[in-house]
Amino acid sequence: MTDQAIAITVNGERRKGRTEARTTLADFLRDELALTGTHVGCEHGVCGACTVLLDGEAVRSCLVLAVQADGADITTIEGIGPEPGRLGPVQQAFMECHGLQCGFCTPGFVVSVTSFLAEQPAPTDDEIREMLSGNICRCTGYQGIVAAVHRATELIEEATA
Amino acid sequence: MSAGRYTGARVGRVEDQRLLTGRGTYVDDIALPGMLHACFVRSPFARAAINGIDTSAALAAPGVRFVFTAADLNPDVKQQWHTSMGPASPETPRPPLADDEARFVGDPVALVVAETRAGAEDAAELVVVDYEPLPPVVDYTTAEHADALVHATHGSNVVGELAGLPASALDEVFASAAHVVSETIFQQAYAAAPMEGRGLIAQFTSATGEMTIHAATQAPHEVRLFCSRLLGIPEHRVRVVMRDTGGAFGQKVMVQRDEMCVMLAAPKVGAPLKWVEDRRENLLAAGKSRQEHAAVRMAFADDGAIQGAYIDFVQDCGAYPTPWPVMTAAAVGMLFPGPYRVPRAGFTAKTIYTNTVGRTAYRGPWQFESLAREVLLDIAARRIGIDPVELRRRNLLHSDELPYRNPNGMTYDSISALETLEQALEMLDYDAFRAEQAAARGAGRYLGVGTSSYVEPSTPGYGSYGTEAATIRVEPSGTVNVYIAGGSAGNSIETTVVQLTADALGVCIDDVNTIQGDTALTGFGAGTAGSRSASMTAGAVAETAAILRDRIRAIAAHRLEAAVDDIELSESRASVRGTPSISISFAEIAALAYFEPYALPPGVPAGLEATARYTAAVPSIWVNASHVCTCEVDVLTGRVQLLRYIVSEDCGPMINPSVVEGQIAGGVVQGIGGVLFEHLAYDEAGNPLTTTLMDYLVPSAAEVPAIEFGHIETPSPGPGGYKGVGEGGAIGAPPAVVNAVADALSPFGVTITRLPLSPSNIVKLLQEGAP
Repeated sequence: MTDQAIAITVNGERRKGRTEARTTLADFLRDELALTGTHVGCEHGVCGACTVLLDGEAVRSCLVLAVQADGADITTIEGIGPEPGRLGPVQQAFMECHGLQCGFCTPGFVVSVTSFLAEQPAPTDDEIREMLSGNICRCTGYQGIVAAVHRATELIEEATA
Repeated sequence: MSAGRYTGARVGRVEDQRLLTGRGTYVDDIALPGMLHACFVRSPFARAAINGIDTSAALAAPGVRFVFTAADLNPDVKQQWHTSMGPASPETPRPPLADDEARFVGDPVALVVAETRAGAEDAAELVVVDYEPLPPVVDYTTAEHADALVHATHGSNVVGELAGLPASALDEVFASAAHVVSETIFQQAYAAAPMEGRGLIAQFTSATGEMTIHAATQAPHEVRLFCSRLLGIPEHRVRVVMRDTGGAFGQKVMVQRDEMCVMLAAPKVGAPLKWVEDRRENLLAAGKSRQEHAAVRMAFADDGAIQGAYIDFVQDCGAYPTPWPVMTAAAVGMLFPGPYRVPRAGFTAKTIYTNTVGRTAYRGPWQFESLAREVLLDIAARRIGIDPVELRRRNLLHSDELPYRNPNGMTYDSISALETLEQALEMLDYDAFRAEQAAARGAGRYLGVGTSSYVEPSTPGYGSYGTEAATIRVEPSGTVNVYIAGGSAGNSIETTVVQLTADALGVCIDDVNTIQGDTALTGFGAGTAGSRSASMTAGAVAETAAILRDRIRAIAAHRLEAAVDDIELSESRASVRGTPSISISFAEIAALAYFEPYALPPGVPAGLEATARYTAAVPSIWVNASHVCTCEVDVLTGRVQLLRYIVSEDCGPMINPSVVEGQIAGGVVQGIGGVLFEHLAYDEAGNPLTTTLMDYLVPSAAEVPAIEFGHIETPSPGPGGYKGVGEGGAIGAPPAVVNAVADALSPFGVTITRLPLSPSNIVKLLQEGAP
């Protein structure tokens, strides 16, 4: 199979690589760029663990081919915080609210919630649950995750006040 | 011991920083130089003779290095038994790769090794297997008398049977009872479905004879022991490392055939060999649970007092159960009386082979005892004409009756059966709900409430589960490392151990770090299973810390010229009781211990490190809870909406309430999923129908209500009074949800005895039940 050269911006950094046309963005991020925070939980777009931001939009990186992302601006879980070693408001809220246990699904939730709150800074409980239904967690029973989204809205508001 | 400063508090988790920033280390995140990738060729038939395998086309494919079949790997097996079962257990024969016969769809038949996983998957398509399809045994309810045998060498499709008192022993009880209620209750197959599937990297270094394995596991020491026996590599030359495991729930507690194949192939490959299953493989081949039924009956006196209980239990264990499932089946029988005053009881428990994926452990492996009992109690209440809560009040054990020996010989202590139910009902306001329900029915809406109460033996205190070790090092700088077998699989065990150690030594929590999941660094521990981690690690930490406290206090007393008995440890300092200004820091004490050994008091050894092994004092730690669930059922569409979900649990004092509630909530939602959505389904030919998460439906946040928690604290006889809490949510939830739905549908004369309660099944029930 012939490889194709692609160039993408990941977490603010210009990255180049060669990839087969069939390689998913998730596999490219993990295997070629060693950004293993993006997790693959189902390979068919249901579980949401592999969610990344592509030009600001939350996408399932298992359903996007790496070649389709050529030229795009990608943010992964590794780049969602303000700087290395510091947590962003959504991450901080997940920590405060026991919003994670094994942590495998967590990067997808954090990225999805970040994208959601950027669009909808004051969601209702029902809107939160509806949004979260695109990601699956098997450990928490979602209790801490729902609480974390509420808490994140407060942290974001405090930070921008 | 100073009063707990961190234990009991909602301490933030030490695991979170790495997991929230994408810096966790799951097995698939590890890339080793020269690593090769494995993919299995799996049987598309439920049962087929394998008459030949042609690997030539696969071997010629780009990047393919090896294609192994049974003839290559199976002869290398030395021994294959699980530590907790022992070498003499009557295990199912487990060929790593299927040899003469494939026994379920997904059975591993060949192993392709290539430079990339994609290359291995491509080549797996090119392996030509000459299958001769045979009639499969699919339905476990008829398997006992089927002509075909899943394992011909076993001579029967019945794996084994165990029994308590025979039914005839209760004939008189049932014949003379005012009310006898009998039903046959079925639970469908469901799967653990952790977000991360199984996986491992095995690397054999021939120059040193060492095997290093990175694994997704709940029990790294079990993986090491198993690998050592399997390949005949001395145990001390096998190292198993796990940092982060992405959920397990029982599925990753024991080594299965797929993992055996990777271990056996690693020495032949001569490079690190990685296998990480995809979701399809996980739902096809990683194991199933539940899939069982029982004829259950109870005898009641006129006033509703239970006089006798009997269960004839049958479970499906697929083709290759891991481990031997017959004992777990007996546990269903032994625990069937539950936390109730049951004077007479008996059981039979039968386990059946089928040509489906093997049964594996799953959160509350014997939870069917609670499902069957609690569902039957609600059916009985309706038939007798008594409120189901009132029926339970008349029969639940009171604290002053403890210890109580159930008729199967299980002796409960330290539980609060009635108290948890009353607390949960008060949180709901049961009478108000009944009034709301009546009003809603008047308006054509169908609300229901269901309860369940259970008692569960946690923390097995026998065999390989009966001990746990901790090593604690106060390092030369005064900071602390605690080494425990452990390993993060979602159970917050790193945080738990850090909390326990900080309090046991009297140090600031930021001064404690924990190292877990590496068999080269930690003493043997049986891993996360049986809700054992809290109690066992608390025991291990306490015993080890006691040794160090004595030495720390001796050094401090010597230095401060005070009596040892007057030295207190707190906030990483040793001070003199009543005179806190006279103190010395752990850093100074550690510097003395390591760098000035001749300045230590007589008899105190240099350094500050200790290892001790805790041995469980009791065979099990009993834990109980009551669940209360309310719902509304749309009788046109069959949709169930859960309204409130309340758990009142008694796990003794909590080490970390957030962790306790997180474990309960996770278990409850798995139980809700099991009742309403999840079904690892097969068709009549034995073809799996649910191998994606579009077909195997696990609950999302939109289907799950807020869960409310009540806590009652009855200390256990174990360390700190703690009890295990990992499994209970998944035990209590299914019957509470079933009973809520049944209560909502009670005006229709419907009796629920089969799961799952999918919308279509509910609509069918309503049509059948319609007068």
